[in-house]
Amino acid sequence: MIEASGLTKTYGRTVAVNQLSFLVRPGQVTGFLGPNGSGKSTTMRMVLGLDSPDRGQALIDGQRYLDLKHPLRKVGSLLDANWVHPNRTARAHLRWMARANGLGVKRVDEVLDTVGLTSVAGKAAGKFSLGMKQRLGIAGALLGDPEVLLFDEPVNGLDPEGIHWIRTFMKGLAEQGRTVFVSSHLLSEMALTADHLVVIGRGQLISDASTADFISHSTESSVRVRSPQLPALRAALDELIRAQGAGGGAPGGGVPGGAVPGGAVPGGAVPGGAVRVNEVADGLTVIGLPIEQIGELAAAKGIPLHELSPQTGSLEEAFIQLTNSSVEYVAHDAPGGRGPSAPQYTPGPGGQQQFGNPLGSQPPFGPPSTPQGR
Amino acid sequence: MVAALAVERIKLFSTKSPYWCLGVILLAVWGLGLAVALVDNGREATVFVSQTGSPMGMMTFMVMAALTITTEYRFGTIRNSFLAVPQRALVLAAKTVLMAFIGAVTGAVASLGGFFLVKALATDPDVPLQLSSAADYRMVLGYSALYAIGAVLAIGVGTLVRQSAGAITALLLWPLLVETLLMLISGLRDMTPYLPFNAGFNFVAAGGHGGMFGRTAFIAEGPSAQQGLVIFLVTALVIWLLALLSLYQRDA
Repeated sequence: MIEASGLTKTYGRTVAVNQLSFLVRPGQVTGFLGPNGSGKSTTMRMVLGLDSPDRGQALIDGQRYLDLKHPLRKVGSLLDANWVHPNRTARAHLRWMARANGLGVKRVDEVLDTVGLTSVAGKAAGKFSLGMKQRLGIAGALLGDPEVLLFDEPVNGLDPEGIHWIRTFMKGLAEQGRTVFVSSHLLSEMALTADHLVVIGRGQLISDASTADFISHSTESSVRVRSPQLPALRAALDELIRAQGAGGGAPGGGVPGGAVPGGAVPGGAVPGGAVRVNEVADGLTVIGLPIEQIGELAAAKGIPLHELSPQTGSLEEAFIQLTNSSVEYVAHDAPGGRGPSAPQYTPGPGGQQQFGNPLGSQPPFGPPSTPQGR
Repeated sequence: MVAALAVERIKLFSTKSPYWCLGVILLAVWGLGLAVALVDNGREATVFVSQTGSPMGMMTFMVMAALTITTEYRFGTIRNSFLAVPQRALVLAAKTVLMAFIGAVTGAVASLGGFFLVKALATDPDVPLQLSSAADYRMVLGYSALYAIGAVLAIGVGTLVRQSAGAITALLLWPLLVETLLMLISGLRDMTPYLPFNAGFNFVAAGGHGGMFGRTAFIAEGPSAQQGLVIFLVTALVIWLLALLSLYQRDA
């Protein structure tokens, strides 16, 4: 179990990590997601005692990394596969790490075998391809048979076979009951690997939720509407939403305000659930209403439509939206404060932060989705 | 500490550069010593002259010691080192102890070997080549101490600078240029025998006086051989402690 509380790291005037708190639980793969430069590596380095946080702390099973006696037996990590001396053989690289933690040469050969590098164990690591270096790095992480594993962008630069291998491997480690914490800037990759996602942008926590929840929130479908009589359409939609909200038994569901930052809608935005209307550049995005109903409503009110198209949000776009928001937020507000566009959280029953409606908290950047068909 | 030392030993001898460096040191010390001492059938050969190559051997060893830490920063393995051994002081201390020990051995082997090579090959020395007095032993085996202290200094500088080019530049320009050029400033000239390298080299100078390459021989005042060694040692320790401090202050 990794427990970060209030981690803060500042480089000069740049806040790299800001008040970051999260839990990484054993028995599952926890994805650590954020765009490049969002503070993932810095956070991992603070967890591992390489960087010292300005405030806050990170504990591994209640202990600081710096206080661990034989750290590699408790925590295995791969932050950068290139951290090897190019003239040192793979075996020698592992041998000194093993020696530092009271592990024998036998264990070195075991992990070399696990990652499939036995045949090149005597070759200089500088001659390795990136994929082989990643395997060597993973061998180093596994050396002490640790309960906790951290991997920073392990699939970067790997071929599909290597990616598949690492993915399967990490899942296997989690199934053995280990704590696996993997960072990535690729949501699609994390969707396939992680059971739980910690999402950060500009060093701040954006979401801490199960992958399934995150995806269901992030990929809700919406309908894009353009009309020369937008205000009239808007009014009609709001009326409909109110009516539905009263009759359909969805208390507190609709937020007529449309693009209200953080218009919180707990639960999935599926038809029958919450309905929202967002103003975008040249039209509206309606979330949670069937496309037929919008068309019929416009026809009934005699409002001409220039576009009525279904949109399906992709994971990537949802992610960009989410993280853009934090970029935007930092750029316009003084660092350290909490602006109105900050993502909203509601503490869940287990004390864990739950993900509250990523798209609803967006400033109107544009359609969060890709037109499909029609 | 035993484990940390073993770790540093594995790290050091699992790359090729230390073997090359040690080879170059022996070649420089013995080659230069012989080249100078054997002129004219060795008529000029003395104990002191047999050590002509030793300053170069010592500087090469300092470069080698500095590289043990700067290459870790260069290739990022310093993070692996701190991940495996989070007590940074232990990592630095183990590296320093190992290199100081290797320095002491290398210095002894190189300078003693150089002396005996000259003794064997110089057919016609004015004075028989013998290690008879304490001063004779100091001039030869004193390099053992200088190599060891040089390793402490070099690892300190390497840890502070964190990169090879900068560390090597500092370690070479300081003894070769800075301490020489300061002699040109008349107000500072009288203190130049007390500068760390001049002072340290008094320990291996004939008569315990004259500094590095005998360049301060014309200045009457100066530390004795033993005082000089202490000045060099204290300088190295101060820089090493600053390096240790920076190791904890800065992120790896």
